[in-house]
Amino acid sequence: MSEPQDPAVDHGATDTAPSAASQLFDLRSIIALLFGVYGIILLVMGLFFESEAELRKAGGIDINLWSGIVMIVVAALFALWAWLRPLVPPGERR
Amino acid sequence: MGVLAQTDLRLNTTPIDFVFVVFYFVLVLGIGLMARRSISSSLDFLLSGRSLPAWVTGLAFVSANLGAIELIGMMANGAQYGVGTFHYYWIGAIPAMVFLGIVMMPFYYGSKARSVPEFLRKRFNPTTQRVNAVTFAVASVLIAGVNLFALGLVLEALLGWSLNLAIPIAALVVLSYTFLGGLSAAIYNEVLQFFVILALLIPLTVAGLARVGGWDGLKQSVSGLPPGPEQVSSWPGSALTEIANPFLSVLGIVFGLGFVLSFGYWTTNFAEVQRALSARSMSAARRTPIIAAFPKALIPLVVVIPGMIAGVLVPQLTTLKQGGATDVTYNNALSLLMNEVLPNGILGVALAGLLASFMAGMAANVSSLNTVFTYDIWQDWVRPGRPDDYYLRVGRTVTVVGCLLAIGTAFIAGSFQNLMDYIQTLFSFFNAPLFAIFILGLFWKRMTGTAGWTGLIAGTVAAVTVDALVRSEVIAVSSQAGSFIGASAAFVVGIAVAVVVSTVTAPKPDAELVGLVWSLTPRDRMRTGEDEGSWWQSPVVLGSIVIALTIVLYLLFA
Repeated sequence: MSEPQDPAVDHGATDTAPSAASQLFDLRSIIALLFGVYGIILLVMGLFFESEAELRKAGGIDINLWSGIVMIVVAALFALWAWLRPLVPPGERR
Repeated sequence: MGVLAQTDLRLNTTPIDFVFVVFYFVLVLGIGLMARRSISSSLDFLLSGRSLPAWVTGLAFVSANLGAIELIGMMANGAQYGVGTFHYYWIGAIPAMVFLGIVMMPFYYGSKARSVPEFLRKRFNPTTQRVNAVTFAVASVLIAGVNLFALGLVLEALLGWSLNLAIPIAALVVLSYTFLGGLSAAIYNEVLQFFVILALLIPLTVAGLARVGGWDGLKQSVSGLPPGPEQVSSWPGSALTEIANPFLSVLGIVFGLGFVLSFGYWTTNFAEVQRALSARSMSAARRTPIIAAFPKALIPLVVVIPGMIAGVLVPQLTTLKQGGATDVTYNNALSLLMNEVLPNGILGVALAGLLASFMAGMAANVSSLNTVFTYDIWQDWVRPGRPDDYYLRVGRTVTVVGCLLAIGTAFIAGSFQNLMDYIQTLFSFFNAPLFAIFILGLFWKRMTGTAGWTGLIAGTVAAVTVDALVRSEVIAVSSQAGSFIGASAAFVVGIAVAVVVSTVTAPKPDAELVGLVWSLTPRDRMRTGEDEGSWWQSPVVLGSIVIALTIVLYLLFA
């Protein structure tokens, strides 16, 4: 069996400038949305709908309430990051 | 029969829990739809246009590895062996990830190869590329099937869906977003998955620790259960290695786990390396595995510790540790503990996280399969020289075909008793020989193209032979030890054959190997990266910090 020759040419797609693939939307705002919604639901559940039995499950910690608070903080941080450092369209980056 | 009460593995979900799950899936599919808008070339679809920032590729890198098999398997190990499980993360991953970023990434990214097989063509020859591309495609489809099967099992156990329904539905979800958005959608979803998986693990650990009286309480109660106090100290890890002699046990962990297995996996597994290749610059590509090493070092704290808690808190698992009869296995540790400590609400978040971790593994397999098939098998071999939109269509088609084949291989995986053993065996067949010729080719410029593919095939044959000998019980060891012997044999035979063949065939001229072989690559070419602005963005500095962090963690759990 003879070995195939190395084509030694590079493929066009590799050398063309990257198009807008990464810049299509800001992932940071999606993360903020997810944890914002999760956080608010959990906060409400933890504040108003937590039964004694459920509190005992987590050793007396209101885990819904605390998870909700942490998620809202995480959501706020990601939103802040996205707002302070918005995406630069490709090509304008130095 | 009927002696034991049947353990109910179903989660105590209420409708509110499914609000979390549904909302998560809406976002996952939304990412697929939004990513679709920007795909205009095959490079966009298969390599995200090489334009992602390092924090995104870094988190995707760790998430692609944080599949459900890993999560469930490591929590099971935590329940069974305790703190010794940390070795899988600390010595078994961190050094290799730092090595990949600092030493190997300049060659991968710098060569402009779009895949591991393409790198092999540049360093060796097209035959090596084809051998590796075909074996990788086969392995990807088999492993995607394992992930899919495991997901089907969880849907069946937790929600009561039948396996025949759950497997195609799970495949359809992964297919829809990778088909629409390609690698960008897969990577963006992996980052989202990373956070949702943490939202499962952290509350689980906090609530569990509260129940057992903190870390001190856990140490006390777990030490009273077999295998005793060694569960709270990481060295010498005899329970894990099944080697009684402490010195040999440490040696086994450092060389077996820390070198052959971990370097083989992290440095040559394209499903991982692909995440770094999609970074927007050399510097970002080099930082990708190192950024990933930080969460990788910390995640076991919220995986292994809950595993240990499950062994103490869940009565069936405590019985299992004491050697009693029960109808659960350690693999049930995660879902049993979720039911034990998480109230409704956060339980829904946890369920979303669990489903996310299954999709992470499979999406990584599918997205790396379509890149290798489209570029290495179709464009470089079967149908060269077509316009780019033709290859974009091929990439989309392969995504569909790959998912359909994975449904088939999911049912093959279902015929194996232990999924972890199955994965380890596949690994010894494919990754260990690849690592052998890779490392030899990187540091020995005399190694020839023919040596590349003959070494690969010889290594795989050696591993398959060992596997057959272990199965037929000619070599009498456990299947876990068997796959380790197989990996070592593949490595040694691969190197030996490559060296012998190299001496009788002609090497490539030095000029063609610049940037592909260590000794022929100018040092400044490895250090540069256009966005390497601040000192803290240097891969070497970040790598040193993460190694120091790992040492501190080891001291805490010595």
